Amino acid sequence: MSLLETPSATPATPREITTKPRISDQIFRGVVTSFGMSALVILTLIGAFLAVRGFQTIHSVGWSFITSFKWDVTTDDAGVVTYQLGVGAMLIGTLMVSLVALVIGVPLSIAMALFLTFYAPARIKTILVSIVDLMAAFPSVLFGLWGFFVLMPMATYWAKLINQYLSWIPVFSVQEPFFERSPFIAGLVLAIMIIPIVTSVSREVFAQTPLDRIQAAYALGATKWGVIKAVVFPFGSSGVVGGAMLGLGRAFGETVAVYTVLNLVFAPNWHVLFGSGGNIASLIILKWGEATGDETTALLAAGFILFVLTLGVNMIANLIVRQTLKSGK
Amino acid sequence: MSTITAVKPQKPWSATPKDISNQVVALIASAIIAGAAVKLTGLSGKLGFFAVFVVSATVAEIVQGVRKFGRKALADNLAASIIYVGAAAVFVPVVSILYMAISKGLAGMHWSLITESMFNASFLDPVDKGGLLHALVGTLYLILISMALSVPMGILTALYLTEIKGPGAKFIQFVVQAMSGVPSVVAGLFIFTSVILITPLKTSAATGALALSVLMIPTVTRTSQEVLLLVPQDLREAGLALGATQWKTVATIVVPAARNGLITATILGVARIAGETAPLIFTIGGADKLNLNPFSDYQSALPFYVWKGLTLGTPESIQRAWTGILILLILVLGLFISARTLGTRKIGK
Repeated sequence: MSLLETPSATPATPREITTKPRISDQIFRGVVTSFGMSALVILTLIGAFLAVRGFQTIHSVGWSFITSFKWDVTTDDAGVVTYQLGVGAMLIGTLMVSLVALVIGVPLSIAMALFLTFYAPARIKTILVSIVDLMAAFPSVLFGLWGFFVLMPMATYWAKLINQYLSWIPVFSVQEPFFERSPFIAGLVLAIMIIPIVTSVSREVFAQTPLDRIQAAYALGATKWGVIKAVVFPFGSSGVVGGAMLGLGRAFGETVAVYTVLNLVFAPNWHVLFGSGGNIASLIILKWGEATGDETTALLAAGFILFVLTLGVNMIANLIVRQTLKSGK
Repeated sequence: MSTITAVKPQKPWSATPKDISNQVVALIASAIIAGAAVKLTGLSGKLGFFAVFVVSATVAEIVQGVRKFGRKALADNLAASIIYVGAAAVFVPVVSILYMAISKGLAGMHWSLITESMFNASFLDPVDKGGLLHALVGTLYLILISMALSVPMGILTALYLTEIKGPGAKFIQFVVQAMSGVPSVVAGLFIFTSVILITPLKTSAATGALALSVLMIPTVTRTSQEVLLLVPQDLREAGLALGATQWKTVATIVVPAARNGLITATILGVARIAGETAPLIFTIGGADKLNLNPFSDYQSALPFYVWKGLTLGTPESIQRAWTGILILLILVLGLFISARTLGTRKIGK
């Protein structure tokens, strides 16, 4: 018996050639595709569930929900509960605190990103990048604790200094000398919290700067700063704007740290250094424990407003960043 | 026959010993000036010292630069020192946060922390009473259930984006990015309205884990996607050329090649959610006793324990919060470092 003996079974028919995927592949592709849609489904569900509650609130409270500054629930002697619900002051407060965070955090992040991309020696660069990423992993309640017990005493002193010398600028003036728990201090904490994301996006964008343009600038005799000013910034500025907006989205949604540091007051306050402010996310956890009936629904509606705000800011930011990164390739 | 001598590489741009010694002298001089300014003028404290030090060191740098390279060194040196100061300013809070968490947290460490719950103690009792066993168990349940939900979903979504590349891949990518920006409060509110209010599943570790999964899925997806994109296209083509189906190629070649990266993605996802507090306020109830059933009854968690200690506001409860945060921080740091060490290994090894 030789090895070359042909098998006695039925002669092999040529394999069918087709582009149709096998059954196993069809199942595989089906399963993966349906899971691929999960993110879309979850996001839609979040929007839908909160929107329903939001419209209930608008229906019962009216549009003053967004414009009114009052948040009062009173029960009179007859046991009739009246609601006066409005998130106007909290919306203004959210914007204020986030703006302070951007004004302080973005320049620091840009400096950090430039340092990591162009100045840091290669050996320590990876360590420094890890430290910045580590900052992003700190629990937000840690920022709250640290902000309240460590940063607040120092920041109050800085606030007094700023007020002493710059009170002729309207935003730095205060009606009463109460500097603790101000939007300025909450903004400082938020600034530290958004630095990791703004830095990492800016760094990614700066690293995409076409090398030939950088080398051309050096060859023409530019200094390092000259290269950054003439090549890196024009290329990366829109990406940095995108990164800053991602940071803004984070700042809008931050809850625990802001709640710990900020003094929530239901009145609009334009004085950054004065200890009175607002934040939608903090409002939700402040009132959650005691809320019943319409108030709970109103808190869910406030959550919907927060969701729409952050989603909008994030989507625009992502589009900008993606556009910038693409243009470097 | 002449011997060949290797030419020593020249680096005319690098700093000469004289430059370095000048620099050292300038730094020491600025420190002296700053010290003198704090002693002799109205400026006071560390802040004053650093302000004067930075300004005088910058001036010294600029003078040296201008002497060596001419006027264009002025802007260059000024920019460099601003960038150095900015970068240093970022690290000051990091060091301060770590130092405070460790020094304040250690004060409340004792063994019964990990053997007892708060069932027989109150947050206001002296710190050596009670412990956070219930919170540790709660966090463990939350992490395990979130992992069971988010890791398959995240990795399959990443496979959809990298392997199937269906018609909606670009859009889904966009949606995943948008989802990673969902505020954590909103995730908690969403699970409260969509699960706790209307389904039989009530406030428990499971509902907490559902809320955390909303935050974890995008992290796992994005990291896994990055890793899967690093797997060489050749490997996929080789698999297909040997007659394997796409399912076989992905399951036996692509995923094993990216295994370490996928584990990193999982760990980073866990690190993202381990410290989240806001969603838990709406979804786990916050128990003070040990609850071993993850699907019913109120549960606690480390961040929630810290939160409770912080909001009660007495010296004892705040000490508990610092100790809790130190344990939480050790957990997060451990996860982070293990993700880093795994992540730096090469793909396919």
